Amino acid sequence: MSGGNSYLNERKYFIGGFFALIAIIYIIRLFYIQVIDDKYKLDAQSNAFRYLTEYPVRGYIFDRNGKLLVFNEASYDLMVIPREVKGCDTMALCETLEISKADFFKRIKKACQHPNSPRKQSIFEKQLSPQVYAALQEKIYRFNGFFVQKRTIRKYPKPIAAHLMGYVSEVTKEKAEKDPYYKEGDYIGQSGIERSYEEALRGRKGVQIAITDVHNKIVGRYMDGKYDTLAIPGKPLYSSIDAVLQEYGEKLMKGKRGAIVAIEPQTGEILSLISSPSYDPNLLVGGKERAKNFAMLYADTLNVPLFNRALQAMYPPGSIFKLIDALIGQNEGVLHPGTSYPCARGYPPMGGKPKCHPHGPVDLKGSVAQSCNSYYSYVFRSIVDQSKFKNFTEGYNYWREQVMSFGPGRNLGTDLPYDKPGNVPSEKYYNKVFGKNGWRSNTIVSLGIGQAELTLVPLQMANVVATIANKGFYYTPHCIKGVGKEKYLDPKFKEKHYVNVTNQAFYDVVIDGMQYCLDGGTAYHSRVKDIVICGKTGTAQNPHGKDHAVFLAFAPRDNPKIAIACLVENAGFGGTWSAPIVTLMIEKYLKGKTDRPELEKRMLEADLISGKTSTVIEAH
Amino acid sequence: MNARNQNSLFYGVDRVSIMLYVIMVLLGWLNIYAAVYSEEHKSIFDMSQKYGKQLIWISGAAIIAFSVLIIDANFFTVFSYAFYGVLILANIAVRFLGREVKGSHSWFRFGDFGIQPAEFLKFAVSLALAKFLSNQQILINQQFRLRLKDLIKNYKNTFIALLIIFVPLVLVKKLQDETGLAIVFVAFVIVLYREGLSVTFLIIGMLAAILFVVSLVVSNISAIIISLAVLAAFSFVFIPRNKRNIITVSIIFSLACGVVLGTNFVYQKLEPHQKDRIDVLLGKKTDLKGVGYNVNQAKIAIGSGGLTGKGYLQGTQTKYDFVPEQETDFIFCTVGEEWGFLGSTFVIFLQLFLILRVVFLAERQRSSYSRIYGYGVASVLFFHLAVNIGMTIGLMPVIGIPLPFFSYGGSSLWSFTILLFIFLKLDANRLLILR
Repeated sequence: MSGGNSYLNERKYFIGGFFALIAIIYIIRLFYIQVIDDKYKLDAQSNAFRYLTEYPVRGYIFDRNGKLLVFNEASYDLMVIPREVKGCDTMALCETLEISKADFFKRIKKACQHPNSPRKQSIFEKQLSPQVYAALQEKIYRFNGFFVQKRTIRKYPKPIAAHLMGYVSEVTKEKAEKDPYYKEGDYIGQSGIERSYEEALRGRKGVQIAITDVHNKIVGRYMDGKYDTLAIPGKPLYSSIDAVLQEYGEKLMKGKRGAIVAIEPQTGEILSLISSPSYDPNLLVGGKERAKNFAMLYADTLNVPLFNRALQAMYPPGSIFKLIDALIGQNEGVLHPGTSYPCARGYPPMGGKPKCHPHGPVDLKGSVAQSCNSYYSYVFRSIVDQSKFKNFTEGYNYWREQVMSFGPGRNLGTDLPYDKPGNVPSEKYYNKVFGKNGWRSNTIVSLGIGQAELTLVPLQMANVVATIANKGFYYTPHCIKGVGKEKYLDPKFKEKHYVNVTNQAFYDVVIDGMQYCLDGGTAYHSRVKDIVICGKTGTAQNPHGKDHAVFLAFAPRDNPKIAIACLVENAGFGGTWSAPIVTLMIEKYLKGKTDRPELEKRMLEADLISGKTSTVIEAH
Repeated sequence: MNARNQNSLFYGVDRVSIMLYVIMVLLGWLNIYAAVYSEEHKSIFDMSQKYGKQLIWISGAAIIAFSVLIIDANFFTVFSYAFYGVLILANIAVRFLGREVKGSHSWFRFGDFGIQPAEFLKFAVSLALAKFLSNQQILINQQFRLRLKDLIKNYKNTFIALLIIFVPLVLVKKLQDETGLAIVFVAFVIVLYREGLSVTFLIIGMLAAILFVVSLVVSNISAIIISLAVLAAFSFVFIPRNKRNIITVSIIFSLACGVVLGTNFVYQKLEPHQKDRIDVLLGKKTDLKGVGYNVNQAKIAIGSGGLTGKGYLQGTQTKYDFVPEQETDFIFCTVGEEWGFLGSTFVIFLQLFLILRVVFLAERQRSSYSRIYGYGVASVLFFHLAVNIGMTIGLMPVIGIPLPFFSYGGSSLWSFTILLFIFLKLDANRLLILR
């Protein structure tokens, strides 16, 4: 086609000309940078640079009252560039470090192998002790190829909030390969706040370019430091944690397995987050010691101290779930403040199952205070069996959707890593267990009282009670309320999330019942004189052993300041262990002290793990 | 020519091209040796080192070159689309079957060696494009019209041609996350231009590119004002008086705004490291320890070479690992440091000479298939040359693409070899067959 098309044939000159033009531009540019411009010439004396990394200080973390939760300490690593180790006084070095010559060569070899390289710096000895560091400083000129690198490691003024803070450790090989910021031996936040706020906390490494002579001595700075970068320190984090409350809660939970989560309902800020048994976060800092202690904690399979129960342990909620039932029931118009149902120490239509404890006849308010199982079996079935649904499964899915709007069954999107979603069983799951059409509302009636496959993590429990305190909405729980000096808060934490029940009147009835729970209901023994606390007990059936005690509450009733959930594993009834702990926490937070010193003492001393408990108050 | 010569493998094969090819491959190998050189592994034949492995790749390339010359040229013309199809499939498969290397999914690995199928897409696209465009019925439209009816009728083939080019681009970028390997396909626009793509398209493309850069450098508002001024001038010159109406002008104006806003949108979507590379190129950032590191080190290495260079194996900058990727994408630094301005210029001339030689050969073809394929070869080689050397001297953003025949790596060497030798085979047959 173009053979005869002279118009197009001319284009070959344009194309060829264009190719040549670009080549000529490049050659001119090369002439400029290679011949004319001296900027890129190096000092004839120097033949190499050395890059001295300056590690920034990791950001501090403060509690809500400005108390320091974590700061840094200096630490020194001995680095090596193997190909520059020539004429090094090996014997003296081995003596200083107290290592054998064989060990010395083993380490050099390791520094040469992938992913290290003979030409790159690698760590020879981590975290020198002050004595060794001092001794090294004097002799370092004799150790060609070695130099000392300053870093910082974490230090916690009080041994609290280990799970919240998380820990910092050496970056994994995979991560270092993927993320160009990290080099082998760098530290990175591995869990907790240290992980989720890693980028803010770490700051930015700085680099000094030093010029070295043939003898590997630093003789100056490249272009007078024009291309050096200063390390940018990590940003401070202002957390919403109340260190006093956190410490108090950890003391109360000592000797017990379980978790406490306290939230400020008006903001969604986490006041404390306790997982017990815990550990001293100072155990997991630095290199050598960290590895040893981590292995030790990891090996404790009985207490699993590294496991963050507050975010990861999925427990059946037990009776606290009745609060959600009561709200959804009212919202659907199948439950009214005056509704009452029969209870014959159990749910009559199913032959007395689920069972119930003895109590007088109850209306809605009383059913919350007395935690009647039969009542909520009726409520549950009246919701899912409404005539407006085409079939039962539609009703079930509708109920599930309502429940999930309160948080169960999904990740809340908090700023702490690794939280579990809990579980609200799906239609698919029951079809698998019972066969399609093989299940009805009576089959799964125990869901109504928070048992069966239903599970929540403690954080979700606290979020439910915060939602009730707010009468219909919550802020995503978060434990950092400001990043950096400007106190930046991610806008997603300022967003109100409405649950599917928003009518204030429905909440008022339920809250009445929760108040009565302490005034004359299942948590009567934990009432506090001058604070109006609204709470709900729960006893989560545990197929593996003694039931878990659950209690959640908020206070004061008007303008709530704290919403809190507590779960103590294998402690039996919720009113016995969890309610006292929760009410003590509330007192501590609102008043700063407790009026019930004996109760406090008993709670602090109780050791449920090894079985040494003082007199147990049995109460219903 | 007598019969014996006609049967020879090299009968009619362009000697100049082969000579240039051999010189460059050997120079490349010597430079890889210099770049990776260490005293512990002095032998250039040490197979544990990259220069040793490159020798294996070079031997492979020689076998491939001979094979291509032995195969009947019709094999390539007949199976053009098949090559294209198979390589497209291979490039999809690598996403799922290949091993992840540093976050990219472009490698099939066999022990110590790896193959990037995306490299081989280059010749497949050249073949497919040549096959499609050489069809006598297919014309790339040369006029520029704005009416929708004309667009569909007249530009159908242009669109298909563009599709042949941009499907691999999107595929490689999206599935394998290899910007460098993907962006190469833009080079084929040069082929379309040779075959009749309207200059107006190119002008629009160029204006869009200028707007793109302008809106990166200045704020949005200023960009729009500048573009208004440019467009006013443009409209005045190019749009005939009778078509200068409000609709045309507003269409052009909204397109311009679209580019400006689109640029910002795309820029925001870029990965942080890609943003940084652009910022460094535009001079908005001068952080030489962070993102400008590679470029600055490359410039120091090249700049320190001076007029005549430091001599073979005497380079300190490249030898002491200051330049990253110095044996692959930054191999030109070794040339610049050790051979100086003279050596660098020599290498650029070698490359340019081969490219222009291919253009010259392409133009002497009687069959349009061979000509189009030849332009594909020249465009691809040119694009690699321009981007690769451009980035080492700070005229282009850092995009990981190899310098043809010089950079370490089997996939690229083999792919360039196949690309070039298919053309040489077609050229050798030019007198025999009219395709």
